[in-house]
Amino acid sequence: MVRRWLEKEGRAYAFLAPYALLFLVFIVVPVGAAVLLSFTYFDTIQPPRFIGLSNYIMLITQDELFMKYVLPNTIEFAVIVGPGGYVLAFLLAWMLAQLPRIPRAILALILYSPSMTSAVTMAAVWQTLFSGDQSGYLNSFLLNLNVIQQPIQWLQSPQYLMPIMIIVTLWSSMGVGFLAMLAGMLEINPELYEAGSLDGIRSRWQEILYITIPSMKPQMLFGAVMAIVGAFQAGAIGVTLSGSNPTPQYAGQLIVNHIEDYGFLRYEMGYAAAVSVVLLLMVLFFSRIANRLFHEE
Amino acid sequence: MRRILRRSYSFRNSMINPAGFHPSQIKFYVVLLPLILFMLLPIVFIISSAFKPLSELFAYPPRFFVVNPTLKNFTDLFGLMSTSGVPVSRYLFNSVLITAASVAASILVSTAAAYALSKKRFKLKKTLFAINTVALMFVPIAVTIPRFLVIVRLHLMDSFLVHILPALAMPVGVFLMKQFTDGVPDEVIEAAQIDGASDLDIYWRIVLPMIKPAIATIAILTFQATWNNADTSALYINNETLKTFAFYLTTLTSTASGANVVAGQGLAAAATLIMFVPNLLMFIFLQSQVMSTMSHSGIK
Repeated sequence: MVRRWLEKEGRAYAFLAPYALLFLVFIVVPVGAAVLLSFTYFDTIQPPRFIGLSNYIMLITQDELFMKYVLPNTIEFAVIVGPGGYVLAFLLAWMLAQLPRIPRAILALILYSPSMTSAVTMAAVWQTLFSGDQSGYLNSFLLNLNVIQQPIQWLQSPQYLMPIMIIVTLWSSMGVGFLAMLAGMLEINPELYEAGSLDGIRSRWQEILYITIPSMKPQMLFGAVMAIVGAFQAGAIGVTLSGSNPTPQYAGQLIVNHIEDYGFLRYEMGYAAAVSVVLLLMVLFFSRIANRLFHEE
Repeated sequence: MRRILRRSYSFRNSMINPAGFHPSQIKFYVVLLPLILFMLLPIVFIISSAFKPLSELFAYPPRFFVVNPTLKNFTDLFGLMSTSGVPVSRYLFNSVLITAASVAASILVSTAAAYALSKKRFKLKKTLFAINTVALMFVPIAVTIPRFLVIVRLHLMDSFLVHILPALAMPVGVFLMKQFTDGVPDEVIEAAQIDGASDLDIYWRIVLPMIKPAIATIAILTFQATWNNADTSALYINNETLKTFAFYLTTLTSTASGANVVAGQGLAAAATLIMFVPNLLMFIFLQSQVMSTMSHSGIK
């Protein structure tokens, strides 16, 4: 019996085993541990103590920072960077697909190249470009044009930090999702477009809606998942830019920074775990919406 | 005749992947070029700053392009010891070694998993692939803390492996690889089985050569993830000689570490360029392979 199983399926599992083991150790166990820890009080010194839903109740009812800054900031950031970046990636891919091969390859490379950088390694660049004194590049440029009279502390001002975070993240968001949509678009059978125009499609918008998107739904979904994950994963950008956690007046405080704040600065691991679970649920929720929109029956 | 036909419809349908230039493309260039320039600015800035002498880095008014390019920032960088007495070349050596090992291991682990998920028959096949697809939504940064606890338990703190192993659990890599492997015809594999080829032979001699574009893509994704990684060094490594170049770069720019901000600027500019260029070269060489993988990327 066992031998027959080994003959039949054992080898498949042997090929799968290294990945499965790493997946288990570095993804499944941490997620499981986050869920379990979220029901406990844990300060890393004493063993975790079960406290039921207290962490979640406190998150909703007593964590003023979370409700007042972190949650609205996270939603604002994620909605603009996620769906916003996604629509931008789609439109750029759509334009690129209608250009000849060589200019397309060059422009795609330029659009993709920012996504090869990471927020931490770009910190020096942003800190110089957005430097707060008059020798900062943006300040100097705007002072020259007389748009502003005084240099602005871009990265330390609550009202500018969030827009800069969003621009910087959008700048680096044309990644694999963008490439997938571009590739998907190039694979669409040109006869579909011919047929569409004979069937009375009148504008480019109709064409996008009735031909382009339906013909590349799988890539649309892949791109959407990548956009959502990217939007939440980019959460550390505010701290990187402003150089402090918490960010100035919590203006750029996102859920990821809140987790780090509680986990590594206050050592309230149980509470931090509860916030992590909320974050994972948010990602799952948005991905389900994308799934509804683009899943093929 | 064609002209008449075209006139009779008010709408001319899109030209996907046109062979050459056509006046109708001008409007796309008009929209794309300013945006491209904006996207390119920080990249040009990285290159320009790396070659600026200190006087130009702190020039007032600041100038975007370098006037008197110099290699001084690079020679300074490699002549330097970090504040803790580790030569900078050591960080770079660590990064190169870690990245090379991660890319090689990631290719083996993901192709083996993809081969099983795509070409083998077993009961849990569909379920396991579905789990991997759900894991595409996994946000590693969310579970930094439990991951930290796991790594402490496994005694991986302060080891080279902690740079490599977590990077291998990359759902998006296995996902892309499996979708691409689906394109390898079953007949080819069956024919090899009839000829008496073992599983290992089929995987190594038949499947791997046929999925080279996907391998190139995994290589790039793993490369980017590990080469740019500063978090692992910050969280799991106390021993300065095991940290990466990306981490060293963050110490140059963080104001908290009390680094010399003036001298740090030139070093940071040179280091940022060193971080960026290998990413760019990898992608330029492998671009066409990546695009052909991406056309198989859909979630069905």
